[in-house]
Amino acid sequence: MELLLQQIVNALSLGGIYAMLALGLAIVFSIVRLINFAHGELMTFGGYGIFLSMTFGFPPFAALVIGIGAALFMALAMERVTFRAMRGADVVSLLIASFAVSEILKVLFQNGISARPVPISFPSSWSGSYQIAGMTIGVVPTASILVTFASLGTLTFVLRRTAMGMAMRAAAEDFEMLRMLGVKANRVVAVSFAISGILAGIAAVIWTAQRGSVDPLMGFFPVLKAFISTVLGGLGSLGGAVLGGFVVGALEVLTQAFLPDRLAPYRDAIVLSAVIAALLIRPDGLLPAKTGARS
Amino acid sequence: MQAVLDINALDVRYGPVRAVRRIDLVVPKAGITALLGANGAGKTSTVMAIAGVVPSAAGRISIFGQDMTRAAPDAIVRAGLAISPEGRRIFASLTVEENLILAGSAAGNAETAAERRAALMQRFPILGERRRQLAGLLSGGEQQMLAVARALMSEPQLLLMDEPSLGLAPQMVDRIFGIIEELKAEGISILLVEQNATLALEVADHAVVLANGSVAASGAPSDLMGDDILKSAYLAA
Repeated sequence: MELLLQQIVNALSLGGIYAMLALGLAIVFSIVRLINFAHGELMTFGGYGIFLSMTFGFPPFAALVIGIGAALFMALAMERVTFRAMRGADVVSLLIASFAVSEILKVLFQNGISARPVPISFPSSWSGSYQIAGMTIGVVPTASILVTFASLGTLTFVLRRTAMGMAMRAAAEDFEMLRMLGVKANRVVAVSFAISGILAGIAAVIWTAQRGSVDPLMGFFPVLKAFISTVLGGLGSLGGAVLGGFVVGALEVLTQAFLPDRLAPYRDAIVLSAVIAALLIRPDGLLPAKTGARS
Repeated sequence: MQAVLDINALDVRYGPVRAVRRIDLVVPKAGITALLGANGAGKTSTVMAIAGVVPSAAGRISIFGQDMTRAAPDAIVRAGLAISPEGRRIFASLTVEENLILAGSAAGNAETAAERRAALMQRFPILGERRRQLAGLLSGGEQQMLAVARALMSEPQLLLMDEPSLGLAPQMVDRIFGIIEELKAEGISILLVEQNATLALEVADHAVVLANGSVAASGAPSDLMGDDILKSAYLAA
């Protein structure tokens, strides 16, 4: 029972990271049709933002905020420098450009900072745990879950209730039409990148708080899982990205916890097989995107 | 005669395909200009190039006397042009009211936008009644009205209407054409793209026929009505 509850906490906290990354990918994809392979580097850059600001003596909480700010800055810079010039290019060109951005940033991280993990030492109180009904639960996973749900809740509010959110939902459906109504394209696109950057920054905060180090590939693997999540949920669907993130996170945690040792090496294969099986039954994903008749 | 829209030798290409070849088109002030032609004749490509969302490969587009050939769509809207596009393209997952709110960004301030929204919901009462419904749940005719109302949110002086009657019941087609004549009476210049040539020629003051991306004929509707060029332009496709 205790093991199960702990695993649920782990699944939610890992799934939450995937969900936020997947949501960032989906928001940008739904508007500019860019599958941003450099999304992982936003998260890594956020991680280095935390590392560097702690190195320069900022208190831990300030460092976390700076980390989120760094990811936000990088997202806006990527849009301005690379993707704005390529607006309207086809999906493949955009994808390849994002690979290039990703590789360039990785090399800069390796040569500019270090190819190996650099440690981030948060206060020891953060690694503590507390007891509920006789069960031990970690502080960081709990905080992660709260932060994830607060972020997703805030974003839902922004998308549902604000003018910019309305424009973003409309852009996801038919960006060209939105432009023909006189809405400035650059603003909507920049905001979508900003949101994806903030979400990647929050993911970086949670990831580093749980693992205590940053390396040039930090963002790469979680974003790979986030890609799988967006496809599982339905490419371009925001709700689908979140759901896909939690499903992939839960599958990973559950297979890790309950799979017999003999099968452990096949963990990823089992998770991905489950995803493929789900896509065979629902080829458009769990919650397909609603788009207009035209693409 | 003052022209609100003056297109000179416009070319539109999609990769190697030349969809529009050296089209000249003039829309005079305060009238209805019909743009006719079969499927694939280049009507919608022309309209999209005017709206600024499809780049023109060559030629010049001037709107209200200003060169708008490479202008961004939002600048074109602010200059006074609005579009009710082919296929209506309302935002199905947004409410009727949200569709109108989005179109109000060109109004400048929120108060003006709210006033226009209220006026349009009076003009199209069905939109007022269904303001909180998802636009995707409206009937085809209601969606067309929403598309027109949405275009009117920017109080355009020039309105592009691309296939407003497509797929609508005859009664609704009459209603839409009634609205087109009302808008003309209000002094809005209209470029009306239609496959239903007979219907368009009834309301138009001036007509241009496209075939295979070029202008095949142009003139007064009465001259074109029985014209062989019009017939062959439709049959040629």
